[in-house]
Amino acid sequence: MAKKKSSSDWEYASAPETTAVNIAKRYDHFINGKWTTPSNKKYFATTSPSTGRKLSEVAEGSKKDVDTAVKAARVAYNGAWGKMSGRERGKYIYRIARLIQERAREFAIIETMDGGKPIRESRDIDIPLAANHFFYNAGWADKLEYAFPNMPVKSLGVAGQVIPWNFPFLMAAWKIAPALATGNTVVLKPAETTPLTALKLAEVIADAGLPDGVVNIVTGAGETGAAIVNHPDVDKVAFTGSTGVGKLIQKSVAGTDKKITLELGGKAANIILEDAPIDQAVEGVVNGIYFNQGHVCCAGSRLFVQENIYDEVMWKLKQRMDTLVIGDPLDKNTDVGAINSKEQLRTIKRYIKQGLKGGADMYQPECDLPIKGNWFPPTVFTNVAQSSIIAKEEIFGPVLAVQTFRTVSEVIEKANNTPYGLSAGVWCDKGSRLFQVAGALDAGVVWGNTFNKFDPTSPFGGFKESGYGREGGLHGLGAYLDLPL
Amino acid sequence: MKTGNRASVRGDDFRNSPPVDYVGIVERAERFTARSIKSITKRAGLNMVLNMIDLTTLEGADTPNKVRQLCYKAEHLHDSIPGLPTTAAVCVFPPFVKTARDALGDKSPVKIASVATYFPSGHTTLKSKLEETKRAVSDGADEVDMVISRGRFLSGDYNYVFDEIAAVKEACGDARLKVILETGELATLDNVRRASDIAIHAGGDFIKTSTGKIASAATIPVTLVMLLAIRDHYAKTGKMVGMKPAGGISKSKLALHYLVMVKETLGEKWLTNQWFRFGASSLANDVLMQVAKLESGHYQAAQYFSKD
Amino acid sequence: MKRIEVLKTYKLYIGGKFPRTESGRYYTPEGRGGKALGNICQGSRKDFRNAVVAARAAAGGWGKRDPFNRSQILYRIAEMLEGRAAQFEDELKQQGSTTAAARKEVQVAVDQCIYYAGWCDKYQQTFSSVNPVASAHFNFSVYQPMGVVAVFAPEKSALAGLLGTILPIIAGGNACVVLASESKPLCAITLAEVLATSDLTGGVINILTGNRDELLDNVSTHMDVNAVVASDLTDAHKATIKANATHNLKRVIIRKEDPAKSESPYPILATQEIKTTWHPIESSIAAGSGY
Repeated sequence: MAKKKSSSDWEYASAPETTAVNIAKRYDHFINGKWTTPSNKKYFATTSPSTGRKLSEVAEGSKKDVDTAVKAARVAYNGAWGKMSGRERGKYIYRIARLIQERAREFAIIETMDGGKPIRESRDIDIPLAANHFFYNAGWADKLEYAFPNMPVKSLGVAGQVIPWNFPFLMAAWKIAPALATGNTVVLKPAETTPLTALKLAEVIADAGLPDGVVNIVTGAGETGAAIVNHPDVDKVAFTGSTGVGKLIQKSVAGTDKKITLELGGKAANIILEDAPIDQAVEGVVNGIYFNQGHVCCAGSRLFVQENIYDEVMWKLKQRMDTLVIGDPLDKNTDVGAINSKEQLRTIKRYIKQGLKGGADMYQPECDLPIKGNWFPPTVFTNVAQSSIIAKEEIFGPVLAVQTFRTVSEVIEKANNTPYGLSAGVWCDKGSRLFQVAGALDAGVVWGNTFNKFDPTSPFGGFKESGYGREGGLHGLGAYLDLPL
Repeated sequence: MKTGNRASVRGDDFRNSPPVDYVGIVERAERFTARSIKSITKRAGLNMVLNMIDLTTLEGADTPNKVRQLCYKAEHLHDSIPGLPTTAAVCVFPPFVKTARDALGDKSPVKIASVATYFPSGHTTLKSKLEETKRAVSDGADEVDMVISRGRFLSGDYNYVFDEIAAVKEACGDARLKVILETGELATLDNVRRASDIAIHAGGDFIKTSTGKIASAATIPVTLVMLLAIRDHYAKTGKMVGMKPAGGISKSKLALHYLVMVKETLGEKWLTNQWFRFGASSLANDVLMQVAKLESGHYQAAQYFSKD
Repeated sequence: MKRIEVLKTYKLYIGGKFPRTESGRYYTPEGRGGKALGNICQGSRKDFRNAVVAARAAAGGWGKRDPFNRSQILYRIAEMLEGRAAQFEDELKQQGSTTAAARKEVQVAVDQCIYYAGWCDKYQQTFSSVNPVASAHFNFSVYQPMGVVAVFAPEKSALAGLLGTILPIIAGGNACVVLASESKPLCAITLAEVLATSDLTGGVINILTGNRDELLDNVSTHMDVNAVVASDLTDAHKATIKANATHNLKRVIIRKEDPAKSESPYPILATQEIKTTWHPIESSIAAGSGY
């Protein structure tokens, strides 16, 4: 329980993941089954956020590149892919799943190098879960008539997909797998700071022998994404990212019949009631906010603790924070990795300033952060007002805002007192009360006595301004089918 | 350290020990085993493990000679590797305490632990248990490993269990008392927590998972629940209690993960054999093989390490 | 001597009460043969605002009622509707329907109440799921009402279309604010009278009459409306609603099929959110089998 570290302590020696990976010096777009140079011949660098080192450079997608990709996707939809039976489609998707499993270690390392997340997470969570999404959805391809009884099974056409930088590979899988299972073709753009694993996925898709044009991957920044979203021949737009951008997307396609799903921001309440298993709750709080450096839309960024257990929860939480290992994401012992970009680091620091200015108390464990790269320690704010900015806005970093409450009805009201509604957590030993609270929370995913769990069979998505539509599970298929109402 | 008014929520009524979520405990346990222990950390850890072992023989077929061999091994783990520690203790049945004391003398760093209270079942009268305890101590035991009455515990007679531990503790005099919960018979982690609380409050100096005589012995999740009970007690009272997982820990990698768990749950203060022990018989040799591998660079074979 | 007929005053229906529009305005739609249907309230944005307040107040309680109870209340609406069949037929005829068509539409409307009454306690069972996650957790997804739904009712099908739109919304536990058919408002107002004497809590269904163009912006930008359900929209209306909906990301459900003719549970699901709940499952621990 001693917080101060001394030289006699038994500290973990570095244990870096060492498998060699193959990253090309430069990546083109993957269009119509071929690596395609960008029309404007422009490339931009992608760097490691933990070292600042340039890893590779990728093509900057122009409107013309996007158009080429959408055309390829349309041809594939009207041709080979559209005419293929569900059974055969499914087999291709199974192949993708297997190939990802075979190359899992390589994907994990590249994900960690490009995005900064700990290798433990990319190895144990992101990559296996991504493969599982392909596996799960592959099996749906020839069974879709059972998903929505008495509805015709009809795909939408070309799906334009824009994904974020926090789970680059997993989000690609979340988007591509159900789109393919339901018979659509895809144009996907990974985030500009984390394009590499999506491009490695293109290699897998090529190896799997999918017909040309079924999956196209175009890299670039916001403008490239906008070109996909606004392309007139795109039938479906799937976006994961900030609520601000999500709103812009909906607005920009308002005059069309494009079907949209949006997975946006969150400010999840994680609620600990007095009878909770406190040590496990504290573990859930840590997983809830420090997992992936807090770059998680469903992060449990607001902690609500019943007043009569507040002191105990807080010392246990701080003690647990002291044991977190922060540093080289490739080290197998690292718990908290690098902040994804300089820009995001600035955002986090701005919120920290506002939190302090608002009078909240801040705690950070003592830790030596690396000098190069983007780093921010796990942080908790106490003495936070419901109306303060750090309790209201999504910070998207390892920053927790703690509030107390006295009664269950009070905490439900506070938890729902936000425009977001993506996720929530409740810790309680009494079943009847837990399900009362879970039922009353306006959130698409509620974790009872656990947090930040994901599974391909489990629908994910938000209420209110956290977006609409579900991804994963049976219900996630609906987002990629034309279901007449 | 502040713990708030948790006591006023749950009190010290053992029916109200804090709840434990099984899946949450298992998930936390997996995080300990995901730690990668390399190079100097591994070498230092292995030495620590050796120094925390209660080298044990608890067989019906035990003989004085067997016990003497065990005592020699405890002090001379592997003479060809310099700088090795001794084990923490030897652990024997009461009739062999004198033999062990004769073998080790009075100046050995190796303690003598004796099981008592009609190990492993504990099915006898309190009077017999106290007599056995006193005899072991007067024969020279530094430590007594008692078993709790699991039947009484499972039937909800927590006061009986508490009183019995307190009485044995008194009978121990200056000897340190390890209270064996026999977690494999307690059925739930909630019960493990409750039994830990009872043993700690009744005066146990150590709490210990198992007798090693039933299939389900020490595991990381069970030990974690017990460590958390120790931690909560320390936070409330400032009093340290030791922990001894026993049975089923025969590989050095697993032992190192226990150290990770102790470090991250209780802190560095507990990483000494005063506060943490492994009850084991074959663990020592596996650790020695690992140490020899680190020293020599060669993978080892069992035939080069004494089986005692 | 010929008896002088007592003419009806047509009002709005908000929170279980029948106020006149606060704006004091009215319009006079023409029915069969150009005959004026009456002085109809031209609801204003303030009327809409008041209706949303009433709907929000009612939504919580309505959504928490047992589905079985909601089912009985919808069935009661069918009973009341049946009893007023002659009046509805008469109004439909005034609004231009033939006798046969009017009779048919009332029958369809009553039957829709029965149909959706039955779904109240069945859609959850049919479409929820237990998700077999690959970890020690019990995981299930259930439907939950969105809350307050604004409705642009079908313009042409004044009774069956109206009910075919509203019923799935309230069957799922939402409250709604409905802008009735502008050209054919009579049945909507009479429906309000039916609802007022049924067991439906005031505020669950609120009915306004008025001009769609005028209210479109206010309805689709209102921050306390969770969803918009609309039929018979022009492309311009659609674009406006979708663009305005971005303010609070309200869900926009454009009914493609004629609500008067399509009976299906899917319109119920369209105004539901899916909530997925996780909870650990302790493995069965037999004595001696280990943890």
